[in-house]
Amino acid sequence: MAIKRPKSHTFAIGLLGWAIACWVFFPIAWMALTSFKTEVDAIATPPQFIFRPSLASYHEVFARANYWHFTLNTVAISLGATIVALALSVPAAYAMAFIPSQRTRGTLLWMLSTRMLPPVGVLVPIYLLARNTHLLDTLTGLGIVDMLTNLPIIVWMLFTFFREVPAPILEAGRMDGASRWQEMTLVLLPLALPGIASTALLSIILCWNESFWSLNLTSSQAAPLAAFIASFSSPEGLFFGKLSAASTLAVAPILVFGWFSQKQLVRGLTFGAVK
Amino acid sequence: MTTAARTGRVDRAGLAMLSPAVVILLIWSIVPLVMTLWYSFRNYNLVDPTLHGFAGIDNYRYLLTDPDFITSLINTLVLVAGVLFVSVGIGTLLAVLYDQEFFGRGIARVLVISPFFVMPTVAALVWKNLMLHPIYGVYSSMMRAVGLTPVDWLQQFPMATVMMIVAWEWLPFSVLILLTAVQSLDSEQKEAARMDGAGPVARFRYIIVPHLARAITVVIMIETIYLLTIFAEISVTTAGGPGVASTNLAFLIYARALLQFDVGGASAGGMAAIVIANIVAVFLVRAVARNLEV
Repeated sequence: MAIKRPKSHTFAIGLLGWAIACWVFFPIAWMALTSFKTEVDAIATPPQFIFRPSLASYHEVFARANYWHFTLNTVAISLGATIVALALSVPAAYAMAFIPSQRTRGTLLWMLSTRMLPPVGVLVPIYLLARNTHLLDTLTGLGIVDMLTNLPIIVWMLFTFFREVPAPILEAGRMDGASRWQEMTLVLLPLALPGIASTALLSIILCWNESFWSLNLTSSQAAPLAAFIASFSSPEGLFFGKLSAASTLAVAPILVFGWFSQKQLVRGLTFGAVK
Repeated sequence: MTTAARTGRVDRAGLAMLSPAVVILLIWSIVPLVMTLWYSFRNYNLVDPTLHGFAGIDNYRYLLTDPDFITSLINTLVLVAGVLFVSVGIGTLLAVLYDQEFFGRGIARVLVISPFFVMPTVAALVWKNLMLHPIYGVYSSMMRAVGLTPVDWLQQFPMATVMMIVAWEWLPFSVLILLTAVQSLDSEQKEAARMDGAGPVARFRYIIVPHLARAITVVIMIETIYLLTIFAEISVTTAGGPGVASTNLAFLIYARALLQFDVGGASAGGMAAIVIANIVAVFLVRAVARNLEV
């Protein structure tokens, strides 16, 4: 910094920055706080900032709401969709990054354009296809749709990471007689592991929070957390403590993932246009 | 091994690696689209088997003369435009603010972008119940504390309230993207402008905004695609009501298809959504293409 700012200036900026941050974060903080209240404290007016913490709401959620069922569904769908998407995307991104042809550019942009199809535009056929193939309200059904929705993003993100691996390293492996497959699995994958990990993380985050297909394609058997929380929109939602406890549990892991991977997420979410 | 043989093998290897993803995406992007188009010209009701056959443009004619469709179209555009206005306008200012150095900046940044990672159903219900509930909500208590009468926001201003909730989710996204872009701005350039006597407003207008132009374009387009399909937030707060006051295109299509079982009519609505999204997509693909060096 060539020019020092006056102290008061920095202080004012800091105050503004923190005030806005606290206001934006307040609903999340309040949700977490409410989850540790009894139902009586949760609806007290005026709202209580100081109260006797209680785990009653969490007990309720675990005991009555079959919370684990929905969590396991969410984990299964997120991980399943991510693994299948990676298995399809790694070879595709490898081919486009290291064996480019005249069609590569067009293929990449076409993949991006498939992501632009609004889910609601194909709600009717996807719902009917799922119903006719008995995939409605199954983990497989929602998993497939989530995987397909994210596939273009994952290919793109991997492509931008692979492009950063210096080609000479791969060529050296080839000189030593490595096949394409060995080159990809033994040379590229270890080098690009951090990039693959953050791609997987983005995919998990997107699947975990996905709400449109979750609400429309599942009801109880395969319902993920997003759909389970939606069931609180009925008058049951007025149990503020229970709603908060279930919501806090559903949101916490993704919030932490998100905090740690902000930078990589930008790249994936903007198709490499902003780094 | 000759070069030609090598190239031939390489091309086939590349094709073999690329094709599974391409074929699957091709099916995914064409089959449902063609089905929507097909159904939109059919009489097809899931609970009324007497209705069948070719409908011509009846579904479209009915849709375009349906006041609910017009309302939902306006609501969709208002929602998209309103949220974009907030997230780009305020987002740019916040990106610059969180680029400044101050105490605990890293933590403040993390707090600001957090809502983006909250799943839509949780965001909507926390706002609906914990924040805005006319009796128990925190905001209602604050209003009472300063002598005002609490408002039942979702009943009286359903669309504006839904828009506020959605903006709370998407403002952090634009801050995250724009902050990344601001940080890539050369700090020497900023310093030079400052030394030349450019005030903060001039620096913002002539250095930061032009530098952010592409990032802003990308934010607008990506958010538009997601905002066109906003569904969960409406479904758990207002269910499109009162009446159709907060029904957007996505919710209208859902209601037509899965509540009224009118596959033909819902598909015609789906085509409308696809057309709107395609207009946006053309611009987005161009913006990304300009940046793609292959």
